Amino acid sequence: MGASAEHTHAHGHDHGHHHEESFISKYVFSQDHKMISKQFLITAIFMGIIAVMLSIFFRLQLGWPGESFGILNFFLGDKWAPNGVMNGNAYLAMVTIHGTIMVFFVLTGGLSGTFANLLIPLQIGARDMASGFLNMLSFWFFLVSSIIMVASLFVEGGAASGGWTVYPPLSALPQAMPGSGTGMTLWLISMVLFVASSLLGGLNYIVTIINLRTKGMKMTRLPLTMWAIFVTAILGVLSFPVLVSAVVLLLMDRSFGTAFYLSDIFIEGQALDVTGGSPLLYQHLFWFLGHPEVYIVLLPALGISSEVISTNSRKPIFGYKAMVGSILAIGFLSFIVWGHHMYVTGMNPFIGSVFVFTTLLIAIPSAVKAFNYITTLWQGNIRFTPAMLFSIGLVSTFVTGGLTGIILADSALDVNVHDTYFVVAHFHIVMGMSAIFGMLAGIYHWFPKMYGRMLNTKLGYAHFWLTLVCGYGVFFPMHFVGMAGAPRRYYSYSEFGFLDWVMDLNPVISTFAIVGGAAQILFLFNFFHSIWFGQVATQNPWGSNTLEWTTPVKGIHGNWPGAIPEVHRWAYDYSNPEHEEDFVPQVVPLKAGEHGH
Amino acid sequence: MKLLILLVVVLAIIAIAQLTKVYELTRSLRKTREEDISTADNKLQANLMLVWMFVFFASVIYLYDRYGNYLPEAASMHGAEVDYLMKINIWMITIVFFVVNALLFFFSWKYYYRKDRKARFFAHDNRLEMIWTLIPGVTMAFIIVYGLITWNNITGPASADAIQVEVYSKQFGWIVRYPGENKTFGSSTYNLIDPASNPLGIVTKENIKAKVDSIDVDIEKLKKAIEENQKLPIWPDSYVESQNEKLYRLERLKQRVLDINETQNPVTGMSEWEAGADDKVINTELHIPVGKEVEFIFRSQDVIHSAYMPHFRAQMNTVPGIPTRFKMTPTITTAEMREKLGDDTFDYILLCNKVCGVSHYNMQIKVIVEDEKDYLAWVEKQKSFVAPKEEPKKEETSSTTDSTATAGVQLKKPAAIAQKND
Repeated sequence: MGASAEHTHAHGHDHGHHHEESFISKYVFSQDHKMISKQFLITAIFMGIIAVMLSIFFRLQLGWPGESFGILNFFLGDKWAPNGVMNGNAYLAMVTIHGTIMVFFVLTGGLSGTFANLLIPLQIGARDMASGFLNMLSFWFFLVSSIIMVASLFVEGGAASGGWTVYPPLSALPQAMPGSGTGMTLWLISMVLFVASSLLGGLNYIVTIINLRTKGMKMTRLPLTMWAIFVTAILGVLSFPVLVSAVVLLLMDRSFGTAFYLSDIFIEGQALDVTGGSPLLYQHLFWFLGHPEVYIVLLPALGISSEVISTNSRKPIFGYKAMVGSILAIGFLSFIVWGHHMYVTGMNPFIGSVFVFTTLLIAIPSAVKAFNYITTLWQGNIRFTPAMLFSIGLVSTFVTGGLTGIILADSALDVNVHDTYFVVAHFHIVMGMSAIFGMLAGIYHWFPKMYGRMLNTKLGYAHFWLTLVCGYGVFFPMHFVGMAGAPRRYYSYSEFGFLDWVMDLNPVISTFAIVGGAAQILFLFNFFHSIWFGQVATQNPWGSNTLEWTTPVKGIHGNWPGAIPEVHRWAYDYSNPEHEEDFVPQVVPLKAGEHGH
Repeated sequence: MKLLILLVVVLAIIAIAQLTKVYELTRSLRKTREEDISTADNKLQANLMLVWMFVFFASVIYLYDRYGNYLPEAASMHGAEVDYLMKINIWMITIVFFVVNALLFFFSWKYYYRKDRKARFFAHDNRLEMIWTLIPGVTMAFIIVYGLITWNNITGPASADAIQVEVYSKQFGWIVRYPGENKTFGSSTYNLIDPASNPLGIVTKENIKAKVDSIDVDIEKLKKAIEENQKLPIWPDSYVESQNEKLYRLERLKQRVLDINETQNPVTGMSEWEAGADDKVINTELHIPVGKEVEFIFRSQDVIHSAYMPHFRAQMNTVPGIPTRFKMTPTITTAEMREKLGDDTFDYILLCNKVCGVSHYNMQIKVIVEDEKDYLAWVEKQKSFVAPKEEPKKEETSSTTDSTATAGVQLKKPAAIAQKND
């Protein structure tokens, strides 16, 4: 590690004596990883507010179809919600943009962008990211793509409306629906910029973790957050370029008369001049990203919760090696399972069988992770900080949502529940709730590191319980709606009788959604209030072992005022019987005769 | 109303802010820190974990009890297999769900923080980890094998005597086609589609000629208009360009129509240009016989749709340009199912399950399962080449399952051919 330590010094030329910077270079075009992480977080929070509001709008329609709501008319206007009733096109646009923002802007950009940027240099012991400039660029691409995505809600014809997966030909033909016009073009442009942002960020994360670790920080001593973010970044770098190709080909089909995805189409009274393309090609390309994307969302959340659970149980994370192994296994397998989204597309059934096999294999490393979390709690000394509560919630949702994945992975069963509310329930619990819980756990845990102040614990408690109860209240009943045969992305279920008996669940679900959405006001208030008025933090409030808690409370450029500390042990020496204290930071040298890790 | 909601939200935020102020004041008086979780707080949260566990489990059990019989008994042969497999899977994941969540919340409750205690330093245990790698491994092996056996049964080739039905999707409705007396589908191409007279684009000599004629008429009209504009230019340039483009497209379409090749059915050896003349085209109901294997051939006109028949546990996407197939054997007739459910109005249904546009939620067709005799009689009664009813307006599509209008409008040319073949 000698070489890398030297390298670090070459980079950190201005450490120790951080000079005053102008407002612009400090807060706007900042190249400091801590500031960039805050920029990512705040942008993601604003995107999250929009996405949650959209979901409440369409839940109003689903819960009480056809009823008039002044609030819908207020936000959507007479064109999209005449007399306070959302129309079918607006409904599809809301659903699509809700999904897109949540998956990409909140849970990919927001989660990875915030915590990879904040934690990588701090936890591995580096002055900053390998390239501060690329890092800044990554944020600005993210911001511009966010703005374009939000702007697409306001164009003629409305935002993209074909679902967040935007399958062609629906998304390729402007005459197929109003949402396939300008809104769709903006969606695609926004995605290209978003992927550029992810790639710039991801490459930076990988390079930094490989090259800039401090002395003694062996890969086998990396905190699990780092492992999770490292594998996440690799997944992103390998899969996002495929999404770009899919999106660019779609743009060409839309604007330049090519036919990559189009063939034999008769629409609006015209036989189109396109043959030889395949709509399924798009699905293959999309899901080649789309499935790793699920783990791009989930792994950082699992990494964060590993850290939080271990710290607050005052116990080492159980089975560190198995946890790292599971992350690697999940990462590898995520590349060979994309076909399970396509069992009913007419894909060759034998290929379907292969995907059944690979997909169900993921259950094994996932089970290992779940059991290891639970064993970490066992005989621990659990401090219920809000971060800890959210991490425990994450383990619950990860297990609950993961289990229904077994049914969806089984092609024979998928035939009947494919694209129903069962799927909606599954991925909102396993990926939506889990990842959001991980993100919130991270925010509660590292807020002192970001802003030098503490979040209000009591408000955190209220926020957690309301979010957990409402989250399950929204998504658990959806399993039953789906098994009864209710397809997703339906504007209303009143056109046939066979679902009537299960539709009394919809108002219940919508009520939970509204209360759960409103509960986030607690968090928003806590967050923005505490940035300025929170209790001033101490250096190591949670009694944690990792390196970030050795930096000064008020973050400085270059992170450590003096030399970067050397690491002597792994990050999980909690309640080590050979020590008096119940935590032993990584910088504490081994005692004579102590068995190190 | 708006004001009221706004008022409530603003008041709520003010209330939170005031409470926070009070809390912060007491905090500074007592000199406590946010990160020091008091024993009382730890205990409260631990207890809430346990309370939540019971509430959660009770609600889940209630949901299982009230909504657990999610669909009536499967009305197809493979559906029964799927249901059995589903039952095993649900039992299994339900047990794991309860056990693992119970452990999680129970441990959270039991091991809350106490000052006088130190956590057990327990970093790894290879035997334990081996156990919870192997158990899921073995379970997965069982599920994979059982699942794939079922999958192979579902997706295997249809038997030679299976009845073939074509199901065709378009924004926003379904059209079904049965081969006529000659038991052979005619070939079809999207180039010949005419929503009024030939919705499926069935290829016959007459259809080709009709199409070419109509294209010729259009081309003539367009050429004339362009010529006139050249003499006395009144069109803006962009419009001229679009008209030239349109002309070019029409000529290409004509060429594609002229390029259609005559093909033979590989089984019957019949010309697929002639076979199509007596095909039955219906857009109101899909009839299938009970106890006979039916092979659906799915095609799509415009975008991807999905034919979903929940009561038969059947689903397959319809993809423009790529025909897809799904086979099944219905086991319960509509009449029997009505009796079982005690519901005289019950009908099987085929729904669209891939988002396809604004009326996606109302793209359905009634499915009727009946004795083979009734089925044959019904098919016999259908006229060939029936045009769909008037396109419903996009915003307010009405249900297309009105059985009194089965026959629809008969069209001159194709009907004449059908009679000739008889």
